[in-house]
Amino acid sequence: MTALARAEERAEQVVLVDGLAVRFGDVEAVAGISFDVAAGEAFGLLGPNGAGKTTTIRVLTTLLKPGEGTALVGGHDVVRDGLAVRQSIGYIPQAISIDGALTAYENLEFYGRATGVPRRERRARIEEAVEAMQLESFLDRLGRTLSGGMLRRLEIATALLKHPTVLFLDEPTVGLDPTARRLVWERLELLREEAGTTIFVTTHQMEEAERQCDRIAIMERGTIAALGSPAELRQRFGVPALEDVFTAVTGGRLEEGGSFRDVRASRRRSRRLA
Amino acid sequence: MSARAADVHAGSPESALRLLPVRAARLRDGTVAMGWAELRKLRHDHLDIFTRSVQPLLWLFVFGTALRHNQALAGGSDDYRAYLAPGVMAQAALFVAIFFGLGVIWERDVGQLQRLLATPMPRLGIVLGKAAGAAVRALTQAVVLLCVIAIAGIGIRWSVPRVVGAVVLLLLGTMAFACLSMILASLVRTRERFMGIGQLVVMPLFFASSALYPLAILPVWLRVVAHANPLSYEVHGMRDLLLGISAGGILWLDFTVVASFLVVTAVVAAKTYPRAIL
Repeated sequence: MTALARAEERAEQVVLVDGLAVRFGDVEAVAGISFDVAAGEAFGLLGPNGAGKTTTIRVLTTLLKPGEGTALVGGHDVVRDGLAVRQSIGYIPQAISIDGALTAYENLEFYGRATGVPRRERRARIEEAVEAMQLESFLDRLGRTLSGGMLRRLEIATALLKHPTVLFLDEPTVGLDPTARRLVWERLELLREEAGTTIFVTTHQMEEAERQCDRIAIMERGTIAALGSPAELRQRFGVPALEDVFTAVTGGRLEEGGSFRDVRASRRRSRRLA
Repeated sequence: MSARAADVHAGSPESALRLLPVRAARLRDGTVAMGWAELRKLRHDHLDIFTRSVQPLLWLFVFGTALRHNQALAGGSDDYRAYLAPGVMAQAALFVAIFFGLGVIWERDVGQLQRLLATPMPRLGIVLGKAAGAAVRALTQAVVLLCVIAIAGIGIRWSVPRVVGAVVLLLLGTMAFACLSMILASLVRTRERFMGIGQLVVMPLFFASSALYPLAILPVWLRVVAHANPLSYEVHGMRDLLLGISAGGILWLDFTVVASFLVVTAVVAAKTYPRAIL
């Protein structure tokens, strides 16, 4: 492949969303949103609880079928070509996806198998991911004995084995202390530089989004209320920090959403990760 | 010319046929990956096998010994414990299988399920691999039970093909009931409710079968129910193989019924399983 072709490929849109809508009964969780993410970009999806972030990420990872609109990931349609999408992405849900009854190494081996890494390359890929996420010291420990920061790094490592084009992370740093949080971002940053992996992240942390994302979309009640680079957004709203943009866009509304089950699950998770 | 025309017309079915080996390989790899993980988990938890073996041993030695000389129950065998042994093996495996779905609900709650469903593994592979995990647990239990039966000198036919055949039938049945459990889990969604439904399903399955007594001593309506119960065929086949008591059934029919039950539950479970995350 020539340098020019590679540059062209990098300029491609790896995520392309057009008029996407998802309804749950009477509730319109996502109400016709459109955006795109360029290859190698770090894209942040922000918004209050219940704004539709997780629903959007579930459509993009083929877990949920959209009611209307189209979404392409890595050039594949999420509805018609779900398998091709699943083969080209890494996905780390908000909750803990590591199996606590298996060791860190076994988790890596399992996801190597599950994501279809050829057997001959598996060991090398695992070594590579272990080094990238600095997991050497706890490979033989059972998943349930690991700390929050270790778990997140292990999860990211399991998602890297297949060399995904896009890595989807749903609230990757929720419940982590500042040191663990910094380490996770440092590793993601390195991944972008070295492998050119596109990063698609949802978060509540404004400073984090401001520091780490090239572009940001702020969702509010199922629609995209603002889209642009952090600097652009600050300028457009004439405010000093992204947090103020967020308040301006969402109107400082206190969201009273979230079912009992969600709240219980997220509190339990925070306790586990802390 | 005609060959070319055939090529053109065969477009989609032929490409489907060409993809078949690829799909089969993915199904195999997915099943192996899930089964491998289940095996590894079992290796980290040896105690599980022994604690789960206590209940069937109680059935066999307390219940079985108490009714040892009851000729009506023994269904043509001279020791009720021998008659009971295959039933107790199947029952122990059934309990493992029916509550296996609890794991699915747990995985949904912690987030593993979303992750699994976003991997390229086929849904059917995930379901079959998990069911294979239940079957491995049932297998370890069956080995423990067979050892105890041998030590206690309970008279069953110790020939390799017979024992292997009975174990294969047991594993097929266990996988099928594990798939049934995953279907229930994806519909029920909360752990508390699942426990209730599990009890509701497991006891009738157990009692309306030939696990504890010959179907001949049951009232007609219960006999009809038992004939629709795949567990009866599983136990009947195992008893035929291990004891040489056929009670009017046919061995190949037992295998066919249990295997078909597995195919149906696995396909349905692969469809309902992704719904569990909603």
